[in-house]
Amino acid sequence: MAGFNFKLIKNPLSKENPITVQVLGICSALAVTAKLQPAFVMALSVTVVVAFSNLIISYLRNTIPPRIRIIVQLVIVSLLVILVDQVLKAFVYDVSKQLSVFVGLIITNCIVMGRLEAFAMSNKPLDSFLDGIGNGLGYAVILITIGVVRELFGSGSLWGYQIIPDSFYEMGYQNNSLMIMPPMALILVGIIIWVHRARNKELCEK
Amino acid sequence: MQEIINIFVKSIFIDNMIFAFFLGMCSYLAVSKTVKTSMGLGIAVVFVLLITVPLNYIIDNYLLKEGALAWISPKFATIDLSYLSFIIFIAVIAAMVQLVEMFVEKTSPVLYAQLGIFLPLIAVNCAILGASLFMQERQYNNLGEVTGFALGSGIGWLLAIVGIAAIREKLRYSQIPAPLKGLGITFIITGLMAIAFMSFLGIKL
Repeated sequence: MAGFNFKLIKNPLSKENPITVQVLGICSALAVTAKLQPAFVMALSVTVVVAFSNLIISYLRNTIPPRIRIIVQLVIVSLLVILVDQVLKAFVYDVSKQLSVFVGLIITNCIVMGRLEAFAMSNKPLDSFLDGIGNGLGYAVILITIGVVRELFGSGSLWGYQIIPDSFYEMGYQNNSLMIMPPMALILVGIIIWVHRARNKELCEK
Repeated sequence: MQEIINIFVKSIFIDNMIFAFFLGMCSYLAVSKTVKTSMGLGIAVVFVLLITVPLNYIIDNYLLKEGALAWISPKFATIDLSYLSFIIFIAVIAAMVQLVEMFVEKTSPVLYAQLGIFLPLIAVNCAILGASLFMQERQYNNLGEVTGFALGSGIGWLLAIVGIAAIREKLRYSQIPAPLKGLGITFIITGLMAIAFMSFLGIKL
């Protein structure tokens, strides 16, 4: 083994981004991004779950019978998600309330299952762990971008602190409340995909 | 009865799985290329939701909730197993999907041929687990309301996927900038459809 393979972390950030290129894990990506803080917590939880489930499955990959592998994967992932959920409830209860069902939905997040199937089942533990971290970070980049845009224009703040000064509001500036509504998340993802593909022509669909 | 119908209508239009909560987006994007296949997947989702959500409601109420075990013996009245709900719900869903698949295969080969490929996909569809988790969070009063909620969210999902599939069939003949083709435009159109569905928000049920 040739030590750390940094490509595994670098590629998912842009060229193989789980959201914009592999189209995995959209469900939770959109619902939690109305504010920056829950988006950040969600991204962190997903990274932890993907990395460790990749690691565990990769250690077990030769002992899991192929016919029942989905169930085995689901059990390991839900175990990790329960741990994450309990930790969130214990330390950041407010955020955990805001995320509501979406922490539980990490279990069926396609990023987790997709990376397990596509990578961890056929690669060494360390590589799988790095792949998990890389994909988690790729997911985080998109989530945090959307979170920043939506919170800045929707509520005029970042991480709960007011950014847009009061003098703007006195001059007649208004928060765009459409930004906090669900549809804007979809349109923002569409725009991110547009920009990303315009800069990487080889990703365009025929 | 009126309460059930309210919940049913509300979960189709106002709390639509896709437009309000983005659940089941992955298969929504992957399988919405033609109306026919998306109809198949939609019906399979309605079917599985109708079975798993009421079942999970029963399990939650009689096994997992705080004090739910009191029916066995008063000694168990303080036990709270709700931290196990994720793993139990997903196990029930995976098992039920397998069962439904086997049942449909035996009883109706025609339906199986249509749904066959989609059924295994459903076990990892977030809309199914999401519906069970919402059911737990929103605390419905009885089995009727839960069934109304399950049917409503299933039909809402079906409506959304068939709608986008019909639009995507037409899109093939439009000129779209190359980087926006496929995924990008689908997202933006879903966003516009979601804005349209927001007009139901004002309705108080």
